[in-house]
Amino acid sequence: MAELAPAVAHHFDDAEQQHEAATLGMWVFLATEVMFFGGLFTAYVAYRALYPGAFGHASNHLDVRLGTTNTAVLITSSLTMALAVRAAQVGAAPARIVRWLAATMALGSTFLAIKLFEYAHKFYEGLVPGPAFTYAGPDARQAELFFSLYFGMTGLHALHMVIGLGLLAWLVREARRGRFGRACHTPVENCGLYWHFVDIVWIFLFPLLYLVGRH
Amino acid sequence: MGSEHIAPVRLYVTVFACLLALTALTTAVAFADLGRASTVIMLAIAVTKATLVALFFMHLWWSERLTRLVVGGALAWLLLLVGLTLADVLTRTVLG
Repeated sequence: MAELAPAVAHHFDDAEQQHEAATLGMWVFLATEVMFFGGLFTAYVAYRALYPGAFGHASNHLDVRLGTTNTAVLITSSLTMALAVRAAQVGAAPARIVRWLAATMALGSTFLAIKLFEYAHKFYEGLVPGPAFTYAGPDARQAELFFSLYFGMTGLHALHMVIGLGLLAWLVREARRGRFGRACHTPVENCGLYWHFVDIVWIFLFPLLYLVGRH
Repeated sequence: MGSEHIAPVRLYVTVFACLLALTALTTAVAFADLGRASTVIMLAIAVTKATLVALFFMHLWWSERLTRLVVGGALAWLLLLVGLTLADVLTRTVLG
């Protein structure tokens, strides 16, 4: 199937300028996302500065092995996403673009499955903040604060992953129709930017939540 | 086509290998007894990893100047947010 050449809207000089504008718009959106997650990171940093001991103890209740595995899974999904974008850029066959996108979706789903398993375990242990919160260690109130931040930050990150999977499913459908190629790959690129951004958020969440107060 | 640089597959795989190695390193640092330095080292590693992802996976290395300005602006505002908040929280006991 012939790829569709993107229509150049009348307010752009040419397809290249339109592509640059789309990329810039995506980065502006990601800048707002930086501030969105930035507020949560700031709350974490402030409370950790106030209660370093309690945060260290609470952090030891998280499973480092699962956290490290998920970090590797997400980094691998970023590689497959980058290769999907590249396949679209060089005008590869739709099947090849679809294959990299499907690999990214599989890895993203694996990440969420592991996260779900971790959440279930925390529910079982009574570490979910609220009336049922049970914590044997010292500074239970401050530990509850840590777990509030843990669920809030990883939960919003997971929501971003779910949205990312939805975008990828849409890309797969469009790629199957042969829509992407040398002349039209902006949608793949912009979804890629979003996916990599979500990866970067996790790159900071992992040491801050899982690795504080080990050794 | 300035913003349409096509990077070689080898570069992506190299960046990927570096990211995995840095993940292993940060976990090793966490379990070594380095005291307060370990948090600083782990954050430095995280910043390095994020920079690698942004520069190569997100093509910032080959991007337009305007795009870099947006990224720089986002980071500047983030530093203001964290910096000014910490300027309050960390000085409360000092100032009584």
